[in-house]
Amino acid sequence: MKNRLKVLRAERDWTQAKLAEELDVSRQTINAIETGKFDPSLPLAFKAARLFEMLIEDIFQDKVDS
Amino acid sequence: MNKQMNDSGNLTARTKTHTIRLGFWTGTWVLSTAVAAFGPKFLWNFNTSLSIVGVLIHLGIGFGMILANKRYLNAVDELMRKIQLEAMALTLGVGLVVGMSYELLEDIKLISFEPEISHLIMLMGFTYVIGIILGNRRYQ
Repeated sequence: MKNRLKVLRAERDWTQAKLAEELDVSRQTINAIETGKFDPSLPLAFKAARLFEMLIEDIFQDKVDS
Repeated sequence: MNKQMNDSGNLTARTKTHTIRLGFWTGTWVLSTAVAAFGPKFLWNFNTSLSIVGVLIHLGIGFGMILANKRYLNAVDELMRKIQLEAMALTLGVGLVVGMSYELLEDIKLISFEPEISHLIMLMGFTYVIGIILGNRRYQ
């Protein structure tokens, strides 16, 4: 699964630690999601969507779609 | 929604609290193991009633440790939960497969000594630590 977390975070000038705090996960989790090593759960994806005020599919995309 | 998100406190505080609780239950369980194992010989001269009480207390504390571990898993964030569960799955698999082969060795007279459960526990502990290290490296 691809995602735009790194871009969205950079647009807000947030560190991984800041985003991790906002989403109540570890910095390691944010890094693993950004590098595509770990796919977040649906609740976490919804939480990220709420935080960035976007739709889930605007943040996370299935690799098949590309 | 995930129970984790309804828990009070942030991730760091929550993880610390449940790690301390799990450590307490694990330490108490180890202590109760020693009491149940050595108590009959050194403390109550093989009194049957006291030995039964010792084993029951040991079992009760063991179930408390299992519950504390379950709560710990619910408290940590989802990546750590995945790493922990993968390490536990590896530990269970290695424990079952190697444990069975180890037991067979004595049955078919390839070793002369009797397999000890403590050897299996040490192997499982070692496997779990390796699993945690590998999991953390994979998701770095």
